Amino acid sequence: MFPANFGYVAARSVEEATELLAKYGEEAKLLAGGHSLIPAMKLRLASPRHLIDLGRVPGLSGIKVDGETLSIGALTVHADVASSDLARHRLPGLAEAASVIGDVQVRNRGTIGGSVAHADPAADFPVILTALDASFVLQGRFGRRTVAAPDFFLDFYTTALAPDEVLTEIRVPLPSSGSGTAYAKLPHPASGYVVVSAAALVVRDPSGRCVSAAVAIGGMGSRPQRAAATEASLHGQPLTPEVIAAAAAKASEGTDPESDLYASADYKRHIATVYARQAIETAASRK
Amino acid sequence: MTTQRAPSGLIGASIRRVEDPLLVTGKGCYVDDIQLPGMLHIAFLRSPYPHAKIISIDTAAAKAMPGVVAVLTGDDLSEHLKVPVPSIVRGMKIPPQPVLARGAVHAAGAPVAVVAAESRALAEDATSAIEVEYESLPAVADAEKALEPGAPLAHEEFDSNVCYTVTKKGGDVDQAFAAAEHVVRMHIASPRLVAMALEPRGVLASPEPMGQGLTVWLSTQGPHRARADLATGLGFPEHKIRVIAPDIGGAFGSKGPLYREYIVAAHLALKLGRPVKWISTRSEDFLTTNQGRDQAMTSELALKRDGTMIGLKVRVAANLGAYLQSNTAGPPQRMMAMAPGCYQIRNCHVEVVAVFTNTVSTGPYRGAGRPESVLNIERLVDKAAADLGIDRLEIRRKNFIRPEQFPYKTGVGVEYDSGDYGRSLDEALRLSNYDELIRQRDQARKRGELVGVGISTFVEPSGGAGFESGAVRVERTGVITVLTGSSSHGQGHETAFAQVAAEKLRVSMDQVAIRHGDTLAVQQGVGTFGSRSAVMGGGALAVAVDRIVEKARRIAAHLLEAAPEDIVQADGGFAVTGVPEKKVTWRQVAGAAYGRLPKGMEPGLQETVFFDPKREAWGFGAHVALVRIDRETGSPTLEKLVLVDDCGVIINPMLVEGQVHGGVAQGLGEAFREQMLYGDDGEALTGSLMNYAVPRASDMPPLVLGETVTPNPFHPLGVKGVGEAGCNGAPPAVANAVMDALAPLGIDHIDMPYTAPKLWEAIRQAESKKRS
Ligand SMILES: Cc1cc2nc3c(=O)[nH]c(=O)nc-3n(C[C@H](O)[C@H](O)[C@H](O)COP(=O)(O)OP(=O)(O)OC[C@H]3O[C@@H](n4cnc5c(N)ncnc54)[C@H](O)[C@@H]3O)c2cc1C
Repeated sequence: MFPANFGYVAARSVEEATELLAKYGEEAKLLAGGHSLIPAMKLRLASPRHLIDLGRVPGLSGIKVDGETLSIGALTVHADVASSDLARHRLPGLAEAASVIGDVQVRNRGTIGGSVAHADPAADFPVILTALDASFVLQGRFGRRTVAAPDFFLDFYTTALAPDEVLTEIRVPLPSSGSGTAYAKLPHPASGYVVVSAAALVVRDPSGRCVSAAVAIGGMGSRPQRAAATEASLHGQPLTPEVIAAAAAKASEGTDPESDLYASADYKRHIATVYARQAIETAASRK
Repeated sequence: MTTQRAPSGLIGASIRRVEDPLLVTGKGCYVDDIQLPGMLHIAFLRSPYPHAKIISIDTAAAKAMPGVVAVLTGDDLSEHLKVPVPSIVRGMKIPPQPVLARGAVHAAGAPVAVVAAESRALAEDATSAIEVEYESLPAVADAEKALEPGAPLAHEEFDSNVCYTVTKKGGDVDQAFAAAEHVVRMHIASPRLVAMALEPRGVLASPEPMGQGLTVWLSTQGPHRARADLATGLGFPEHKIRVIAPDIGGAFGSKGPLYREYIVAAHLALKLGRPVKWISTRSEDFLTTNQGRDQAMTSELALKRDGTMIGLKVRVAANLGAYLQSNTAGPPQRMMAMAPGCYQIRNCHVEVVAVFTNTVSTGPYRGAGRPESVLNIERLVDKAAADLGIDRLEIRRKNFIRPEQFPYKTGVGVEYDSGDYGRSLDEALRLSNYDELIRQRDQARKRGELVGVGISTFVEPSGGAGFESGAVRVERTGVITVLTGSSSHGQGHETAFAQVAAEKLRVSMDQVAIRHGDTLAVQQGVGTFGSRSAVMGGGALAVAVDRIVEKARRIAAHLLEAAPEDIVQADGGFAVTGVPEKKVTWRQVAGAAYGRLPKGMEPGLQETVFFDPKREAWGFGAHVALVRIDRETGSPTLEKLVLVDDCGVIINPMLVEGQVHGGVAQGLGEAFREQMLYGDDGEALTGSLMNYAVPRASDMPPLVLGETVTPNPFHPLGVKGVGEAGCNGAPPAVANAVMDALAPLGIDHIDMPYTAPKLWEAIRQAESKKRS
């Protein structure tokens, strides 16, 4: 509960942060909301020699529409995503995911950028952002690049971020009219993190038939997984309860979750189908 | 409600806690809030191994670090420094308890070295610079496995893992079982739980100049007992130690004993001549603070076909952990002493085998053997009812100890003072609308839903373990100081005791100050645990007040020039009977007591009472739970919980409700989510709030509270304890409801906690068995 000694710098700009990252290399860590990093430091699971605080960099937080995309600044706190009118009306599944993270204190401090950069396999944002086909804007010393979700989340706590890069923005395509999004989560009774969760984006034609569906499952492996068999079963079908249930029943196909103290692999595989069904049903019912 | 209300009617009034304004505005003062000049901080290096030999320890690098004042290992300390553990059972084994490990460690978290430094962070840094070489030894974590032949030994110097075995017998059990027409057999395990006080443990020890004395601020439930244990453990005279318990952020039993860190802190304070502070981290608390429960019961209940209970056999394997704290050996005895519950079972044989394992020590945790015992008997009774096809209300009513049988000596030789178990059950049925619940359950069952109704009836013994003290002093200005040995750690003594004193003295509550928690100010005392404060502290206070009133009456008689028999109490003082305008105030009486008194009268107005009623007070109650289990996910929902408690005369209903709420919250934690798990080799698997699930306020279901009042005939205030009632009655009511819900699937017992994955697995297996 007592971190090792460390130095602290408040970066004034993203450029300065990337310079500092380059300067300190492995010994530095960016600090956003601190709600993953500080606990790890207190347990001495992480002992960075330098913290580079992004908290005072102007312009890194806020949610706005940019053409057909919702642009979310990396420093936007969970509570702001959860209560954003834009998110709630256009991407209710995203607001839903933000609203079930941790508790009020966590949501008031933790940032969306910190959450995805941390890439905890039990985190909420990576799951919904995978279903929504989000992409991530990474700023390095020599330029910026945009990486799509499947290429961004690589493994347990591992992303495409290079050591000197700062994540500045999360870009989420705004779904066309006639589509719905939803997020359903089984929280761990102790930590509140994801045991299993499911995120869905369902696009319908005017007759109610499914034009396309994206379903992501969390908690089943080292990173969110798309439930390809489920998506395929929905494609072109009327979104009746029977169709949804049959599709959701395939949500764990191709996953290989680990048993843990709370839930067995069997339970996780089963519960993924239940939460997938709930997420798809809710998404399909949203206008 | 204000504290200035009329003195009469205070006992029984829902008065808001007078201690809360300070606490809820952050003005409380806990051990860690106290800062002394020149204060050092200590940190412990703890064993990562559950069982290991220590081959070598190298502290050179740590000693050389800036800011480090001292680094000590077990070998640097005198062998006389040790945790004092009383032998409460004849012949029990007491393993060596050095304050820092010597040669071996027997549980993960055992302290191997200590660093004193100018800051806690520096001390922590230095502990990571200490090199220890261990040789891992085989370890054992489960009590029943530890009893198997060939099991690893938790302490290599002993020939088995048994610390002690005790038996309580009554009647003729063999004959009862021979005559039985039905025998119910069950194996029931209570989960190991973490007490999880909001404030972790902590100590600040400050030497007086020239080694003359030692002041110790301690997060403790009993400062006087802690002082005596510290004197013994430290080899420092008791009368030169002052222990102060400042505000305490919860304890639930876990802050009863004197832990080794406290002895180390005091030793270092004396040795270095500087104040020394240690505050446990949450992670350390998980590894070093007494945990609760972890008793496995193998039980048999013998019955006649009509449901008459004739015999009870219980064998308890109680997991003590590796090291004994002063009260570790206690809870299994408590389990045993109330094994027959509310029932007339004349023939009993209860055996407790208390077992060492390489885990954290156990000890009293809210309930301390009571919840294990109630769980055991109430599950047996439900199963008996199901087996015999008798309604579970009927089987209970048939076997209850009847009101006219009290005081009643049970089949294990313990005397209950009073009770009316049938009335309490009836009240719970009425409040829960029981028949309607059963109808709802039956309809839900027809729809294939898993819904169950569960009942528990239980006793709540309170008050035991020694005496309690109370002193009442009327000060010169007529205000009243109460010094109680019953040191509060959040219960509300300042409110409840003031209500008692103010009512009995006919003054307003703000004329009474309740003081506790300082061995220099308060006469000898015991402390707060085991639902004892109202009974023991309240009893001592009531008797002391009565004595003050008697002396004051004689002084008033002198002042009013009347006979003492003609003096009656009046608001604020005394009056001559029938002449209300002839009166004196407490201030006038005190003025005389400390001024001029007639010959033969001793000056002063103070009475100190050491109260020991020589018997426990047996509260009781009945709980009803309605549980729904989602068939698809296994997720249980407690839809209704009705709690009827009888704690005799109620001093403050709001405080009683608070105690019941808290007990229920912890009981529901046990029922649905909490369990400290160890790997087979003793590794702590749930040593963090990331994986040990405590209930949160938002997890609490709506509660319906009710009461019956059966005054305690052996107590000056008529009170009984209630602090543990909630966690005694709620878990078995839930367990019985869960099993009732699963009964249609042919499942007859699952141990708590009832997590969704566990229930889902049981449902899945039962369904596949049915299909095949
Ligand atoms: C009690 C508690 C409960 C929680 N429950 C949940 C839950 O239910 N679900 C859930 O998803 N999460 C949960 N969290 C985690 C929470 O959401 C964190 O806020 C989040 O994971 C990290 O965000 P942060 O802003 O706090 O990042 P920090 O802790 O500051 O940083 C996390 C990591 O990301 C890096 N980083 C941060 N920002 C950037 C950036 N812009 N560019 C590059 N790297 C960056 C940091 O260097 C660090 O390595 C919980 C946390 C706590 C303390």
